[in-house]
Amino acid sequence: MKKVLVLGSGALKIGEAGEFDYSGSQALKALKEEGIEAVLINPNIATIQTSESLAKKIYFLPVTPYFVKKVIEKEKPDGIFLSFGGQTALNCGLALERAGVFKRHKVKVLGSPVKSIEATEDRELFAKELSKIGVKVPKGGFARSLNEALKIATELGYPLLVRSGFSLGGLGSGVVRSKDELIKIVTLALRQVPQIAVEEYLKHWKEVEYEVVRDNIGNKITVCNMENMDPLGIHTGESIVVAPSQTLNNYQYHLLRKLSLQVIEHLKIVGECNIQFALNPKNNDYRVIEVNARLSRSSALASKATGYALAYIAAKIGLGTTLPDLKNSVTLSTSAFFEPSLDYIVIKIPRWDLQKFVGAKEQIGSEMKSVGEVMAIGRSFPEVLQKAIRMLEIGQDGLLENGIDDTKVLPTTQRLFVIAKKFAKGESVETIYKATGIDPWFLYQIKEMVEFEKDLSNFQFSIFNFQLISKAKKLGFSDKIIAKAGKTTEEKVREFRKKNGIVPKVKHIDTLAAEYPAKTNYLYLTYHGEESEQLKVQSAKLKVEKAIVLGSGPYRIGSSVEFDWCCVTAAKTLRDRGLETIIINCNPETVSTDFDSADKLYFEELTFERVSDVYDIEQGASLILGFGGQVSNNLAMSCFKAGYKILGTSPENIDRAEDRNKFSKLLDKLGIEQPAWQSLKTLDDAITFAREIGYPALIRPSYVLSGSAMNVAFSSDDLKKHLKSATDISAEHPVVISKFVEGAKEIEVDGVGHEGKLLIYAISEHIENAGVHSGDATIVLPPQKLYLETLRLIKDATRKILQALNINGPFNIQFLAKDNQIMVIELNLRASRSFPFVSKVTGFNFVEMATRSMLGEALWGSYKTVGLDHVAVKAPQFSFNRIKGADPRLRVEMSSTGEVACFGDDLKEAYLKAILATGFKIPKKGVLFTIGGEENKLNLLSSAKDLSSLGFKVYATEQTHEFLSGNDIKSTRVYKISEGSHPSVLDLLKQGGIDLVINISKPRSGKGETDGFIIRRTCVDLSIPLITNLQAAELLVSSLVSKKMADLQIKSWDEYVGRD
Amino acid sequence: MQGKLILSDGTVFLGGSFGKEVTTSGEVVFNTGMVGYPESLTDPSYFGQILVLTYPLQGNYGVPGKEFQESKKIQVKGLIVQNYIDHPSHFESKKSLGEWLKEEGIPALQGIDTRELTTKLRQHGVMLGRIKFKVPARGEARQRRQSSKFKVEEIYDPNKENILPYVSCKKVEVFGTGKKSIVLIDCGAKENIVRSLIKRGVRVTRVPWDLNPLEERLDFDGVLVSNGPGDPKQAKETIENVKQILAANVPTFGICLGSQILSLAAGGETFKLKFGHRGQNQPVQDVISQKAIITSQNHGFAVDMKSMDKDWTEWFVNLNDGTNEGIRHKNKPFMAVQFHPEANPGPVEGGYLFDEFLDYV
Repeated sequence: MKKVLVLGSGALKIGEAGEFDYSGSQALKALKEEGIEAVLINPNIATIQTSESLAKKIYFLPVTPYFVKKVIEKEKPDGIFLSFGGQTALNCGLALERAGVFKRHKVKVLGSPVKSIEATEDRELFAKELSKIGVKVPKGGFARSLNEALKIATELGYPLLVRSGFSLGGLGSGVVRSKDELIKIVTLALRQVPQIAVEEYLKHWKEVEYEVVRDNIGNKITVCNMENMDPLGIHTGESIVVAPSQTLNNYQYHLLRKLSLQVIEHLKIVGECNIQFALNPKNNDYRVIEVNARLSRSSALASKATGYALAYIAAKIGLGTTLPDLKNSVTLSTSAFFEPSLDYIVIKIPRWDLQKFVGAKEQIGSEMKSVGEVMAIGRSFPEVLQKAIRMLEIGQDGLLENGIDDTKVLPTTQRLFVIAKKFAKGESVETIYKATGIDPWFLYQIKEMVEFEKDLSNFQFSIFNFQLISKAKKLGFSDKIIAKAGKTTEEKVREFRKKNGIVPKVKHIDTLAAEYPAKTNYLYLTYHGEESEQLKVQSAKLKVEKAIVLGSGPYRIGSSVEFDWCCVTAAKTLRDRGLETIIINCNPETVSTDFDSADKLYFEELTFERVSDVYDIEQGASLILGFGGQVSNNLAMSCFKAGYKILGTSPENIDRAEDRNKFSKLLDKLGIEQPAWQSLKTLDDAITFAREIGYPALIRPSYVLSGSAMNVAFSSDDLKKHLKSATDISAEHPVVISKFVEGAKEIEVDGVGHEGKLLIYAISEHIENAGVHSGDATIVLPPQKLYLETLRLIKDATRKILQALNINGPFNIQFLAKDNQIMVIELNLRASRSFPFVSKVTGFNFVEMATRSMLGEALWGSYKTVGLDHVAVKAPQFSFNRIKGADPRLRVEMSSTGEVACFGDDLKEAYLKAILATGFKIPKKGVLFTIGGEENKLNLLSSAKDLSSLGFKVYATEQTHEFLSGNDIKSTRVYKISEGSHPSVLDLLKQGGIDLVINISKPRSGKGETDGFIIRRTCVDLSIPLITNLQAAELLVSSLVSKKMADLQIKSWDEYVGRD
Repeated sequence: MQGKLILSDGTVFLGGSFGKEVTTSGEVVFNTGMVGYPESLTDPSYFGQILVLTYPLQGNYGVPGKEFQESKKIQVKGLIVQNYIDHPSHFESKKSLGEWLKEEGIPALQGIDTRELTTKLRQHGVMLGRIKFKVPARGEARQRRQSSKFKVEEIYDPNKENILPYVSCKKVEVFGTGKKSIVLIDCGAKENIVRSLIKRGVRVTRVPWDLNPLEERLDFDGVLVSNGPGDPKQAKETIENVKQILAANVPTFGICLGSQILSLAAGGETFKLKFGHRGQNQPVQDVISQKAIITSQNHGFAVDMKSMDKDWTEWFVNLNDGTNEGIRHKNKPFMAVQFHPEANPGPVEGGYLFDEFLDYV
């Protein structure tokens, strides 16, 4: 085995996120150790696995059978890893196997044989295999048609569970209570997948998972078991999960463990797999729900929860090593053939961002909607629960003190808070158990926390009570909540605690519950401890500087793997320069939380309180805030006020950039334009101001829990509608209104400053005009359509700002450009979302340079970042198919969940590759145009003409059809749903004659059940490619006209960007 | 009420009581299993010991009926945990852990930094210790660790005497029916050894630790020497009896203490481990087949393989520290394992060893 191809998972999407950067990176690490050349295909440019050091060759190409086959033909690898890139990689591998590609090119599938994978992916085959060894699966059957589904339903009776195979995150699954519901869900699911399972609904059964490892000679272990707090029926990605299981006794724990081993032995899994069980809470009856024969979100969680390097070990096994021959990576002395013993409890809570979607519902169920997760480690359930709540960064300081409405129908994303509120109102454990199916074990403890809060609220600061504060901390209450209850300040509580020795203690995660010493520093803090443990740092130097890099917390819309890349890169740079490097982060889906990414890892909260705790423990360390996105940046002022050492741009200057008033004044002083804006406290003032600057106007409400989002108002009625409730605008919650500039281009400058001077920069251009959130925009580097004059103005303004704020480290400035005039709309004195993109496209590592700049090292030089010989396009990945009822139209609020970037010799090549990498399919048959507004129609005329001449059948709704006819373009008229005639748009979309929809609505049209919404939503539900932006539509059509698949070159990263 | 755990080196740990408030002393040992406290507490191998459970939450699923116990009563002298859960939740639960401990008169402390305690035991080796209770004086609550050194000889040391009489059955009892008949020499046998044999269609004759089955004219095809507490060298009578059994070429299987007794009977040596193996995640490898399994363990002594006669071969070895986990005679039906194939608590895949033994019977 000399060369191995590794498939990545592509863009982050709901159901497939950062966990695969972790697993892929570990696989690459294992390959490197074995001296095997690794070739990686992954278009996700923000990942750590696509960084220089890990793979020999990297292809930023779509993980699809077409491209993977091309890479195989070119690279001629000996083996391939399919199990480290999620369902995307697995499905792609199965397709290639069926097409005989591996056989033809003599590529060995490493790890579990394809036959085993197929047995786990095909639910019918799976049930058959398990019945052979007498292991129980849910009763029910498989349906390939609605009639078959109805037949099974009649046999089993309602309620039922419908599940689809071959999908990630349980898409098209759900509990069905009636025939009507069944018809609806089955029809939808069967459009996406060839078969579905119709099963008994195991109401309120417990859901328990095991992570299992087996080597190719049959040695096998279960690395971790996890119990879902939410019962069966709630997707494990939506569930609150604890590890190890809490409510299983010895018999149950080992029964399910034995079954796990039995099943993977029968299926002949090689490497890692996940097995999910349902367990009847009233007896010991069980069912095996599914097996995932690959690394998964659960395995990433298990890996972080136990310290067992699952993905790394799985890769080693895939290469033929046996378990007893591998070492435990934490103790470095004991065997990897063992089962971790936890002496702490771990909890995972998902993070949702449903408020970012217009029309999304808060209910949770068997489909995954969460976009990220946090993991908390501690030594009691209340402690980890409240830690995790704070880690979520949803404005909650703990379980209590929330404004949640307790009348919500459970289960929702807010269930934890609703339950707490119900307990506060005196409801019993029994009632809540009946309503939710959450085991009383959890409920009792939640109730105890609620009851303790009463004690807390009765005390007064003047008589601070040691016992009470100590108990509050053991129960996970924050200083903030204690301070609030005692009507004092967080600082005072902290002071009291420190004086009285109520401080958290450092504990190791050592995989063996202290039976053997850990050689690594994988750490957490707990109040259930008397003594902190000795931390080992190997360093020859006598006086070593220390730096703490703050991570980015849970992945969410607007902050994900790109910041993890920044943090990991910064940590590496610090270590390379001999600093003792410490990371604080709490997201189990990351590489930054691998215990070997830094000298010490604190798997902890990114709150001021916890950062202060670590700062106190790590005497003499400096903080690095600039790489964890907004979360760490937000701590700048508090850390500054507390007198902590901070590297990089001074927090006072960060504040001058973050505070709108201060920043605005600065820009005025520097003579740099900005859109007119004001912060307003009443609706009347808002209306007056908006009228003054003229509509459209951009509205930014203060951040509140209900999650008001940014919006554009086109009239005062619009404005009123967006600010409808009194709490949306008030003295406490002012709203910022700014001029929305129409038809402007948006440009981003990412760069690094050194003591106020510009060290390096990259200018990227948005394809979409301003009005689409920069995280949802398609971004091109180097810019293709900017005037030289505009570039000069941008550079000039950038230098001025850099100097004025004495920037020392990373920055990002967003500009608007129109008619050779520029305006600044935002400045971030931190690394931005596009840092990995600009670094990898230009070949200069901006984060490394920024880190070294913070350390005082100026890397002056001339960096070619504008006149590149290649073009790269970064395209957003949307997950609208996961969020039922959400409108997929692009807006000022971000809704994409991930991104990809691809290279090309020109813009069109790079663009096509990029959108293919996000799941776009090249249309072959028919295109539907529904274009609102005269200007839009005119702009798209040539595109329509081009498509028509390419032989596409063109369909159009009434006005668009008339317009096309008037311009000699043949089109078939279709009826809008509101017109009530046939063929309607829906008929056509469902018949499958259309494989591209270009739906451009007038900017002024509202949301809701409009014809446009129905068309867009149907496209999403039926997986029909949809374009809703004018500039993107134009670029797409011109790309389709000039490029064929064969024109898309198979070139590796180093073929584009010289790496010397 | 507040209680103290005082180790023989003078270290004091303060905790809250959730068992019976009585003073006790014994050898302090830790177990790293994450489930199975009802089984562990009733395991006679813990006789004379104060048990520290490293998993920080205990009591979660309450206490089931007697039929789930490994012996008739709680065998440990005391229990130490980080957090005791007083609201158990399980369909089989009959009472809380605290209620059970009180009923049986066993002291227990919670709120102790069990990780720190375990680390101490690992570094120092197992220590003797004492649990004491008293109502704290004002201001005393937060103090700990004043070295109130006391004489070690005041503390009960279970390794200093032969304790098998305390845990073994008093008279011969017969369980199950079947063609094959096994004598179980009860040195403090876990109930699940009996259950494991009955399940396989074996007639089990359970005899006291010092009974010689050859002399009693019992009808049997094989002998199983059970697990049990303490230093194996104290079990002189059993060692002598096993010597005779081996001389008579009777198929013999030893489990845990039984393995140590077998090796002593065969002329080998045993030694005390620094802190023993107690947990459910101990990896062992079959030296002959190279097959590895995860096992349940609870022992403080081990067989010294170097001391064994050349007729004996190493069967299993611990993958973590290389200590012996099983011995086997090269051409006679004598075999023994240091771990617990009967599980309860712990992983069950070692169960095949009963079958392997019964094949020789």
